[in-house]
Amino acid sequence: MDKNEIIEKEQIAPNIHSCTVDAPGIAKKALPGQFVIVIPDEYSERVPVTIADWDAEKGYVTIIFLEIGASTQRLAELNTGDDIYSFTGPLGKPFEIENFGTVALVGGCYGIGGIYRAAKTLKENGNKVICFSEARSKFLLYWNKKLEEVADEVRYSTVDGSLGSKGHSFDLLEDNLKSGEHFDRIMAVGCTFMMYRVARVTKPFGVKTIVSMNPVMIDGTGMCGACRLVVEGETKFACVDGPHFDAHKIDWNIVSDRRKAYLEEEIISKER
Amino acid sequence: MTDKQPSKKPKISPKKTPMREQPPEERVNNYDEVPFGYSIEEAVTEAKRCLQCKKPLCVQGCPVEIDICEFIGFIAEKKFKEGIVKLKEKNILPAICGRVCPQEEQCEKQCILGKKNEPVAIGRLERFLADWERNRGEIEIPPKHRPTGKKVVVVGAGPAGITVAADLVKLGHKVDMFEALHKPGGVLVYGIPEFRLPKAIVFKEIDYLKKLGVNLYTDTVIGMIKSIDELLSEYDAVFLGTGAGLPWFLNVPGENLNGVYSANEYLTRANLMKAYLFPKYKTPIIKGRRVATVGGGNVAMDCARTALRLGAEESILVYRRAREQMPAREEEIHHAEQEGVIFKLLSNPAAFRGDKNGWVKEAECITMKLGEPDDSGRRRPVPVEGANFRLPIDVVIIAIGNSPNPLIPSTTKDIEVSKWGTIITDPQTGKTSKKGVFAGGDVATGAATVILAMGAGKIAARGIHEYLKTSNW
Repeated sequence: MDKNEIIEKEQIAPNIHSCTVDAPGIAKKALPGQFVIVIPDEYSERVPVTIADWDAEKGYVTIIFLEIGASTQRLAELNTGDDIYSFTGPLGKPFEIENFGTVALVGGCYGIGGIYRAAKTLKENGNKVICFSEARSKFLLYWNKKLEEVADEVRYSTVDGSLGSKGHSFDLLEDNLKSGEHFDRIMAVGCTFMMYRVARVTKPFGVKTIVSMNPVMIDGTGMCGACRLVVEGETKFACVDGPHFDAHKIDWNIVSDRRKAYLEEEIISKER
Repeated sequence: MTDKQPSKKPKISPKKTPMREQPPEERVNNYDEVPFGYSIEEAVTEAKRCLQCKKPLCVQGCPVEIDICEFIGFIAEKKFKEGIVKLKEKNILPAICGRVCPQEEQCEKQCILGKKNEPVAIGRLERFLADWERNRGEIEIPPKHRPTGKKVVVVGAGPAGITVAADLVKLGHKVDMFEALHKPGGVLVYGIPEFRLPKAIVFKEIDYLKKLGVNLYTDTVIGMIKSIDELLSEYDAVFLGTGAGLPWFLNVPGENLNGVYSANEYLTRANLMKAYLFPKYKTPIIKGRRVATVGGGNVAMDCARTALRLGAEESILVYRRAREQMPAREEEIHHAEQEGVIFKLLSNPAAFRGDKNGWVKEAECITMKLGEPDDSGRRRPVPVEGANFRLPIDVVIIAIGNSPNPLIPSTTKDIEVSKWGTIITDPQTGKTSKKGVFAGGDVATGAATVILAMGAGKIAARGIHEYLKTSNW
């Protein structure tokens, strides 16, 4: 059992934190698109978090998370040198990666970090990689340089227009598709709304689109079924069957309803 | 010390010495354990009912072959320390087995006294000794064999794995144990509720395992962080006790609505994550005013009783057969009835309907009647035409069973699995189709009981020990 000591921690944008953890076992095995389950302290929930980066040699794993509920708030309070109560992974299936041709990777919120290693590995596999990084405003973007280093191109969108195109990444993607730009595959990591909108934009163009689902989970090993979703009429568990699914085959209504199951409790639990 | 007066043999009471318990109306408002356990006097009285048979049949009913007569004899003589040592020779988890074993189908079923009267309360006496030792705070560590230099890895810290680990470490092998969750115990911790099995007791028993020398690593998902082949390159033998952790659903419309839980999710939230102490513990659980639990086993009873403790106004058990066919222990059914769980028998949900926000609000149920017996020997439930009814509810718990967790079979090519997803093993040794790999418990049998998993652990430990000695596969 690793001690899960925090090696480095930083607020990289308001409410978005990067946390590098000493977890050699996970660092050795992690692949792009996999996740860990993090429990900041013994009272907290089991929180699934996408692995953003890792260093197999040093044995470090980096996660990027949005401070949103009581448990992620607790995680944000931990500092360099603290031990995380529980840090389990790697979990889930990795992204399918091969030489597709031209790939668009869409990242928003924690998903900007979530697409970084996929971009790197896709590039190493001979793809032309175009990253779409989005936020409400320029100051909420992060890892711009890191993405620029591994991708052929990074296209920014901000809702307020402070950097790149004004609007969302899916708006920009739609413009690009409409103007005849060709993508062989599209992958999106971020909030449910963004991924849903990406799916809607790409569907008429028939581009295979993979989204990295982020439902409520508990064990993360297929034991409880909290993370279930419906894909082509069949119930799937995001933790073991995913988290990556064909965006055009997902029943998004069920996803959206299930996301809202604990909204009230989230508020209560923050009032310690 | 044997200068006892030959006295006239006292008449044996026809009934078990009763065990005091929390009254139902009180206990539905707390999460504390229901039965209190025997006092010393009660235990001694009960132990004296034992006939001390020359050829005790009770032992044959015990999956882990406890020397039942002997430990009961020690209780009758008030030699509790000797009693617990005797008990632990065969059973590493007496405090747990004394609480959750179906004794009425095992040791107590064989008891000679039970032919005419009630059998000796073996389970309660087992619990008494274990509690006596724990409360006394001094735990005897048995002498260990010389180190053999062999290394074994146990995957899954549930009842099967714990038994294998204890037996092998006592024989001098080095034992490492991996658990996927953040706490050890498997179903004892995530599944069985606090009011039936206090978690402090489970952790004490696991402490004992560590004191025996077992190295426990939590947060380790084998199949992901390490493959079975990697384990085989580091260890001389592997034991898989990964349990039955894949929940079954009914596959009816509306099952993915909010408020519909698998029993695993519901119990894991409540027990492992302590959602009954929300918001101190941050994992929420939807409490529900009218909660329906679908199923008739021990897990269903646990769910229905948990719902009451979480404050449900009505906890309704929906079961497709009749009461006589319920697989749950009589004691569990009785406790559920006492606490006010409503039994909706010969009923089966055909669909769940939700409100506009995606929350479950009613179950459409089919009325059933009993037809011809099926493969299990129980009469098969068949639908009654035109007798559907609607049940308004706001939480549903599906407690109809589990398959083995597929994570390891799916990441290990050469392990043979049955069509039910169970790992195929040799029942005499626990050997799987893969050299050096053994398995036992729910992952091999499908969902069963704690004690059967422990029994399988005993068999596998013997199989592994033999393999380590001879290298014969």
